[in-house]
Parts: sequence; structure tokens; C-alpha cells
Amino acid sequence: MRTKIWTAGLVLCAAMALAWPADAKNVLRWSSQGDALTMDPYSQNEGPTTAMAMHVHDPLIRRNAKLEMIPGLATSWKVVTPTSWEFKLRPGVKFHDGTPFTADDVVFSLNRVKGPGSDFKSYIATVTEVKKIDDTTVHIVTAKPTPLLAANLTSVAIMSKAWAEKHNAVKAQDFKAKEETYSVRNAMGTGPYVLKIREPDVRTVMEKNPNWWGWDNGNDAPDEIVYSPVKNAATRVAAILSGELDFLLDPPVQDIARLKAAPSLHLKETNQIRTIFLGMDQARSELRSSDVKGKNPFADKRVRQAVYQALDIDAIKSKVMRGNAIPAGMITSPGVHGYTKEHDTRLKYDPAAAKKLLADAGYPNGFSVKLDCPNDRYVNDEGICQAVVPMLGRVGIKVQLETQSKTLHFPKIQRGESDFYMLGWGVPTLDSHYVFSFLGATATPGSSSWNFTGYSNKRLDQLSEAMDEELDSAKRDVMVAEAWVLLNSDMPYTPLHHQVIAWAMSKKIDMPIIPNDSPQLWLARFGK
Amino acid sequence: MLAYVIQRLLQAVGVMLAVGLIAFAMFNYIGDPVNNMVGQEASQADRAELRQQLGLNAPFPMQFARFVANALSGDFGMSLRMQRPVAHLIAERLPATLELVFASAILALAFGVPLGVFTGIKRHSWVSRVILTVSLVGVSLPTFVIGILLIYVFAVLLGMLPSFGRGEVVKLGWWSTGLLTKAGWLAIVMPAITLSLFQTTLILRLVRAEMLEVMRTDFIKFARARGLPERAINFGHALKNTLVPVITIVGLNIGGLIAFSIITETVFQWPGLGALFIQAVQFADVPVMAAYLVLVAAMFVLVNLAVDLLYYLVDPRLRGERAVAGGGH
Repeated sequence: MRTKIWTAGLVLCAAMALAWPADAKNVLRWSSQGDALTMDPYSQNEGPTTAMAMHVHDPLIRRNAKLEMIPGLATSWKVVTPTSWEFKLRPGVKFHDGTPFTADDVVFSLNRVKGPGSDFKSYIATVTEVKKIDDTTVHIVTAKPTPLLAANLTSVAIMSKAWAEKHNAVKAQDFKAKEETYSVRNAMGTGPYVLKIREPDVRTVMEKNPNWWGWDNGNDAPDEIVYSPVKNAATRVAAILSGELDFLLDPPVQDIARLKAAPSLHLKETNQIRTIFLGMDQARSELRSSDVKGKNPFADKRVRQAVYQALDIDAIKSKVMRGNAIPAGMITSPGVHGYTKEHDTRLKYDPAAAKKLLADAGYPNGFSVKLDCPNDRYVNDEGICQAVVPMLGRVGIKVQLETQSKTLHFPKIQRGESDFYMLGWGVPTLDSHYVFSFLGATATPGSSSWNFTGYSNKRLDQLSEAMDEELDSAKRDVMVAEAWVLLNSDMPYTPLHHQVIAWAMSKKIDMPIIPNDSPQLWLARFGK
Repeated sequence: MLAYVIQRLLQAVGVMLAVGLIAFAMFNYIGDPVNNMVGQEASQADRAELRQQLGLNAPFPMQFARFVANALSGDFGMSLRMQRPVAHLIAERLPATLELVFASAILALAFGVPLGVFTGIKRHSWVSRVILTVSLVGVSLPTFVIGILLIYVFAVLLGMLPSFGRGEVVKLGWWSTGLLTKAGWLAIVMPAITLSLFQTTLILRLVRAEMLEVMRTDFIKFARARGLPERAINFGHALKNTLVPVITIVGLNIGGLIAFSIITETVFQWPGLGALFIQAVQFADVPVMAAYLVLVAAMFVLVNLAVDLLYYLVDPRLRGERAVAGGGH
């Protein structure tokens, strides 16, 4: 009987060993919570979608692991006149199907980005014309000087004109159509990986493109990449602990310590390009949710400062975020052009001073207000708001908390129906102007502004417009600095913290962590 | 007979319409899908244009009427999240869910019935007590806890089974099956057990209660008196007479399994309808949610209808009453 059990056990073990044969190629299996929404590089401007697209496609200009701009399909670029740029294209590049890459593909791609169904229009909003000069030269004409054109082009993948025409995918997405566009589940570019299998929500398999122009000692780079999204955080963590995954993009905060302790894994951490803050409606004559009638407490800067100084950000960091946050003094993160340590210095946590400020402003007994928070958008968003409530309560501001799903929270604040709300802001262009134009400048009706505080400062509006067109970088930097001083001293927002990201990976591989949270898997190297 | 069937069918249609209406009405409060579809840079004009294109501006009765008309022709529109026709998505996900539900139902029957018979006959044995106590775990622990526990033990500690996914699948026409590959079999073990625990307990307890009932009846005593062997009495006579309610419950619960599979599928990243539905909810992907709810309701209604009709065939008393009732109208 005993021997029988042993034999059965051995057979079982042998069967298991057969089920997972040792990999001859270097396969990188990775996961995060959600899948890319589509393989079309222009129809969804969403982080994971673009990250996936950038493995199949190349942009004209790439960003390296430090997010600095490096040549992509363009080897060099320069401003010819204030409204015209010249891009020299990399010669000899071939698409995965063997066809050569030329200036025609660039012209086609940028026009597709500007066309119907594209979600990337805003990146090249000022571009009026894309001209092919010869096979390796392209001129891009803009309606007004656009210093950020090069930076914006790092988000735009270049497609093959011939491929898109052949597969009837000349438009990014047609919501009226009843059929799916070919490019939703297929992609073909010049990038480091070739899309082999695409099963949405199940797995996406890519194979190394050995002819990619960008390989730097790529022998130990992954030969194959398998992406399987796993929605449930606990399952994801279990899968990397059991060795079924080699890389986990988004380990949950509460499991980071456990993953660090696992002998087969290593963790990398860095600040993300996203800052979390609270916005206060300071323009309306009376807050909807407050017991103060006839006036708006937030209109008084002293009240806004009281809110700021009443928040014990270190406690939020250690208790709510378990150490995974960087307290912020400005509403943009390290890595964004215009960020300085100096601007990022926080006002001191001082509840006594906050109380005094409130009394000086005429609210010795505080006031009540409702705080709106999402509960599924940012890291521990709901927990942060729950911690804010008693902190403000201690200085007399009675906060009623309303947390709801992002699908309800964002429309609510966009309709201008919130007096006091949480928002996080990432900066895909990596330039401060993105922050000023969306969050600092005066919101005009019908614009795409995300400034729901009613905050308006003429000088900041001027600076925001001027820096959008200033090509002289020294002059521009002065404007950026002045704008940050203005925004920090007017305090329309109370900064909370910069989010921190952690990537967990198997010790088999090494790969740089990237602050924009978009993995560059071609930089992964398998150890010997 | 015909009147009875028509009456049942009309009721089914009424139920389906009501479900469709409730589901559709609910979605109006679930949030704005447009916000998820466009980037944070999109202007109000862009948003308004997209809303118009998607038909989200039409009045509610219009939207509902269009939905019903399209649904009848199998067209549930395009998924806002995946940008693919909902009907294709559902066809793609259905095999995974049905295979999981089928495997769980088999497991539940294979364990529930024999254990129920055993605990019904040997009601005072300590083994029965242990089985009954353990079976309580099946009903009291939430599915996701059981799932995570299984993953922790069999995937993380023992490394025997995969923690997520369906393994390798083989395409048979439009159907994809994981039951033809070893990886597929390994992958279905834990999700099937997780999903079946509740049903196993239910069947076990039902069979046990019925067995206790039947064992007290005269014809069992008579069988004993005739000197029939125990096995023939227990399985040939007693069990047979307990099966009618068991079959009913199992039938009805197949629908329940499909609905319960949402949690199991999420825990194991099983690429079925439940996982599709959960993601649709988070994205406010109205067409997918609507189609899913209508589909699940349709399955419940169909199973109920089938059970009703089976009763009619099985139980002659019902036949008489219904016929009379039908004639009296």
C-alpha cells in the first residue's frame, strides 16, 4: 500500500514536470489588473493601452528609462521656423511584414491621429500640415509655435499606411459601425516586438523582432512576452509568488512587504508621475453643502491654508499608504519639467495655526462641508479621504464624506457639482504647462479644463498661454517657475502626495522601473 | 396541454421584458461611460459628440425600445470598453463559463449524492458528523475566501495547480474547450471545486433529509421484511425515491451556478461571462451589462420553463388539475 502511494506520487510529480517543461527561450510572463483596451494605437488614450502599443510600434521620438527623449523613428529633429519642424527619419527600417518604413507612413499616421475616432488629437492639436519632403524627411507645420511638439510626439505610435489601407483601418475607431475595426485586435509596426496572439482579457503574446533598430545588446532580452491580466489582486500576488509570473506591474500596497520578503523576487520602487490633491470651490457665492450661508468659506485664502495645515500628511503616508507615498508641496511630481524641490516644500502641519487662521477668517467654530472622493481610482483613495475627515474635524471643519466609483465621481466634479473634491493628476507630456492649462488657468465654458475650483488668476492665465508658445527654453523656464510660485501661494488646491509605484519581478530578470508606470520590456534582461 | 404551454411561454416573455426594463433602468444610474472612453483632455464638445453618436441622448423609452428590438435580432450593440460587438464577446466567453458550470455540477453531484446517502443511513456514525460539520464550511465561507485559500495551498505552497486562467484551449469551431489539454484540466480543478462547494453541501443535505424521510416509510420496511439486501434497499428503492426533488433543485441551480460564477471567475481570472460582466460594471459598459443580465435571466426562465413542463409529464395529478383549471377560464 505504502509503495503504491509513493509510486502514484512519483508519477504525479513526473506528470507535473512534463506539464511545465524548462523554457528553452526566455519568456517573460507578466500581469497587471486590466488589459489594454484595444490594439489600435490611437483610439484609447489610456496608459496600459499605449504601453502595449509602444512594444509593437515605434514613435518618432522615444523616452528612455529616465523619461528623457531619445531618437526613435526620427534620428534628429529641429525647429526650422517658429511654426515648422523638420524630422529626419531613420533609414532602412522595416515593418514586421517586411515592407519599408518611409515618410508616407508618418504623414498617414499623423493624419489618422487628427482624424475621426482618434483619442490622441490633443497631442498634436496645433499641427495643421504634415509634409513629406523626401523618403526620410518630414516637415510638420503648426498653427502657432509649439515648443512641446517633440515631447507630445513621444506618445504617438507610427503605423503602416499600407497595412491600415489593406485592412480597412484608416480611421481610428468608428463608434457608429456595427463591426469591429481590424486594428482592435491586430497590430503591425516597426517596434521591438511582433504581435502574435491577441485574446482580449486572456492573453497577449508577442515575439521578439530581431531586426529592430533599437536593440542594445539584446541577446538576453525576452524572446517572447506573454501578458495575462489578472483582475483580482490576491490572485495576482499568488501567481507571482508561485512563479507563474515573472513581472507584476501593480502589486497592492498591503502586499509589498510580503513580496519584498519572497526569496525569488525583487521589488523596485519610484515616484509615479501622479500627484493627489484636494480641490476647493472658491468662486461660488455660497457652498451647497455648508452650514455657512450667504458666503463661501473657501473664497478666503486663510481658510484654504487652514485646510492645508490641518492635514497630517506624514500620518496619511505611514498609516494609510504604508509608507508608499511622497508628501507633496506642489501638484506635480518629480520628473515633470518645472518640478523643483523648492516648489515642492510643504507648509508645516500645524493644527493650532489652522485654528487661528479659521478664527481670523471669521469661522472660530469652523463650518461644515461635503468632501467627494473616488473609491477605485487612486491608491487607497477612499482611505485617504477617511483620514482627512477627522484631521479637519480637529480644527473645526465638519466634513461629510461621500465616496463613490470613478464612473460617478468624475462626472459629478465635471458638472461642477462638488464643493470639495479629491483629484489626482498625471502628466503624460512631462511638462508643467499641462498642469497649468488644465488645473491652473481659468476654466472657460466648453473647454476641456479640469479646474473645477473656480480659481482664476489673470497673471497665471497669461503665463500659461505664453509658455505654450515660447520656443526659447531659458525664457520659458522663468515663466514656469513664476507660475508655480503663483499657484503655490494662491492655494486653490491642497496638495497631498505623489503616488509611489512598485514593480515586483522575478530574480531571473532585471529591468529598470519607469516613473510613468509604462514598462519597457525590451529593456528587461534575463540573468545567466 | 397546449393552453398550459402557451400560458407558461407568455409568462416567460413577461418576465424577460420586466428584467430587460429593470436592467436597462438601472444602467441609467451607474455612471457615465463617456468619461471612461475619452481621455482627460477631451473637451465638453468632444464628450457631447460621442454621447450623441452612442445614442445616449435619446429619451429613455426610445433607448429601451431600440434595445429590445436589437436584442431580439441578437444585436446587443458594441461594447464601449472593447469596441467589439457584444454578441461576439458573449459567444467567445460562453464556452468557458459553461464548461466551468458543467464541471462544478458534476462534482457537486458526484460528492453530494453519495455523501448524502451515507449520512442519511449512518446518521449516528462519527464519520457522518464530521462530513456534516465540514459541509457547513461549504455554505458559510464566502466563495472568494475558499478560492484564495485553494490558490494559496495548491499554487503557492505546493505549486501543483495554476492560480489563474484556463490553461491551453483548443478551438472546435466557435467553441473553445480547455478539456482536451492537460493544462486545461489542471486549470479547471480549483475553480470547479470552489464553485461546487456550495452546491455540494446543498445536495448533500437535501439527499440526507429525503433519505431520512424515505427510510421511515412503509415500503422500505416492507422491503426489509422481504429480506432484500441492504444495498438494493438503500440505492435501488430509497435513493430512487429521493431523486425527484434533487433533480429539481439541481436543475434550478444550474442557473444559480452561472450567476455565482461571477465571483469564482474573478478570483481565478477565468475568462468567462462573469469576469466579462464585472469588468463591464467597472467601466460602465452598458451594452455588455444589459446583454449579460438579459442572458442570465433568459437561462433562469428557460430552466424554469423546462422544469415546469417536466413536472407536467412526471406528475399525473398536476396534469388533471391544470387541465381543469385551463378549461375553467
